[in-house]
Amino acid sequence: MTGQIEIEAKNLNFYYAVNIHALKQVSLSAYKHNVTALIGPSGCGKTTLLRCFNRMHDLYPKNRYEGEIIFQGTNILSNDIDIINLRSRIGMVFQKPTPFPMTIFDNIAYGLRLKGIKNRSELSGKVEKAIKDAALWDEVKDKLNVSAYELSGGQQQRLVIARALAVEPEVLLFDEPTSALDPISTAKIEELIVQLKSKVTIIIVTHNMQQAARISDWTGFMMLGELIEFDKTDKIFTAPSEKLTEDYITGRFG
Amino acid sequence: MIFSKKKNPVDLIFSFITSVASISVILITAGILYVLFTESSLSIEKFGFFKFLTLVDWDPVKESFGAAAALYGTLITTVLALIFAIPVAVGIAIFVTEVAPNFLKGPVGIAIELLAAIPSIIYGMWGLFTLAPIMAKYIEPFLQKTIGKLPLVGILFEGTPLGIDLLTASMILGIMIIPFTASISRDAFNLTPAVVKESAYAVGATKWEVVKDVVLPYSKLGVFGGVAISLGRALGETMAVAFVLGNNNQITTSLLDAAATVTVKLANEFTEADKDIYLSSLYYLALLLFVMSFIVLAIAKFLILKAERRSNR
Repeated sequence: MTGQIEIEAKNLNFYYAVNIHALKQVSLSAYKHNVTALIGPSGCGKTTLLRCFNRMHDLYPKNRYEGEIIFQGTNILSNDIDIINLRSRIGMVFQKPTPFPMTIFDNIAYGLRLKGIKNRSELSGKVEKAIKDAALWDEVKDKLNVSAYELSGGQQQRLVIARALAVEPEVLLFDEPTSALDPISTAKIEELIVQLKSKVTIIIVTHNMQQAARISDWTGFMMLGELIEFDKTDKIFTAPSEKLTEDYITGRFG
Repeated sequence: MIFSKKKNPVDLIFSFITSVASISVILITAGILYVLFTESSLSIEKFGFFKFLTLVDWDPVKESFGAAAALYGTLITTVLALIFAIPVAVGIAIFVTEVAPNFLKGPVGIAIELLAAIPSIIYGMWGLFTLAPIMAKYIEPFLQKTIGKLPLVGILFEGTPLGIDLLTASMILGIMIIPFTASISRDAFNLTPAVVKESAYAVGATKWEVVKDVVLPYSKLGVFGGVAISLGRALGETMAVAFVLGNNNQITTSLLDAAATVTVKLANEFTEADKDIYLSSLYYLALLLFVMSFIVLAIAKFLILKAERRSNR
């Protein structure tokens, strides 16, 4: 199952506002077309790590990275990286659904238009494909010109996934994508993530250990900014090497 | 309803005091409205509603009074002021919320609030002694030489540029309402959830694209609300305009002519009002202003409330 590495953190350190040391010497590899889950107690740094991969931290001043993140052979933490281009290749889906104040179609076409695609038929083709890939087509095909706010929370989340898929990223980052959803919507999103594996590499942060066990191939357990253990999901949940990991997954703390 | 059901006497006294305080506001508003109505009844009887609105005359000798010229002046100065102020104010708000580095956000924000705290009479004085001469000497002759030569719009810039005119008054008014508009627009922009902005960045948007496609549409209602509040303030503003408008009761096509607004008229003429019908007509004007401001403010509140409710959803 071990294949090609898509994106890899090497001795990554991250500091918020100059001196809050949020990630300590993290080294982790996400394999191509695999799902990698990050678990750990609140405040352990899993979301912080996720947001390093598309340099979301750059939006806020005084954040600082140390170390390397290698994406397809390039260190994306170096200064001469085009962050805008990087973000269109490494997409992200957030905790709460974040539709933009526009129609369903325009939401999904948004990233495509930013890339300069203006041709109407090319746009609709790609939008349709993205919606189908996000398993939302049957529910929205008749109302593409309706405001995205009209959709339910679960549908909005799949819309956001479709929007991220539309620009054909190589990696998709999920930040607790189901924590604001009901169990049925959650099941649909999980199913979708497993399906998407054939197209993109996925890294997902989750609070829900069962979720990590269900959908991921690899799991990293983090605590206090450190990656305690990283291994195949089966191994982490059946025979972890570290005492801390075992305590966490058996519910002794966290 | 007003008194709480609890028997605790301290609570009773407390709810009584706060209720009285709140009710007094409503009573005062109602009282003002009542006085305006009764005092203007003479004029309302004589001129009616539509005649008063459309009559241009303001002639104490013939005892013929109409609000048209004053309303026209109010409308023109207010609309022009908004045209001057909105782009600058929205620009400031975008800068403060999205563009400025952190160490600038605080100081610029405070500067805006301070600008809003300057008493309007100081704007008026500055307008009369500084802005009006500059307008008369440089800007207005320049406008006459350039845009004034064009067909259709040329009519806006006829006459002798004296600096005491609709254009100068509108500019002062515009400068005065910039801080309000900017400050409310900034609050509206801040209602855009960070995560929605981040999602736009996450599909590869630049800062400008995020502002244009996400922040502005998201906070549209709030900005409209801010504009409406500024509009209400511009409608009622007296001192800043009184200095530089000239209180000339006429409807003029040229922006370089003196004119009058409702407020300026009220401020200038109460002492001169020697006849009952004159006084009553001034009250009638005040009543119109009251109703206009009330409606504008109600619209503003409604928009802002709607904007907040949407962002809480």
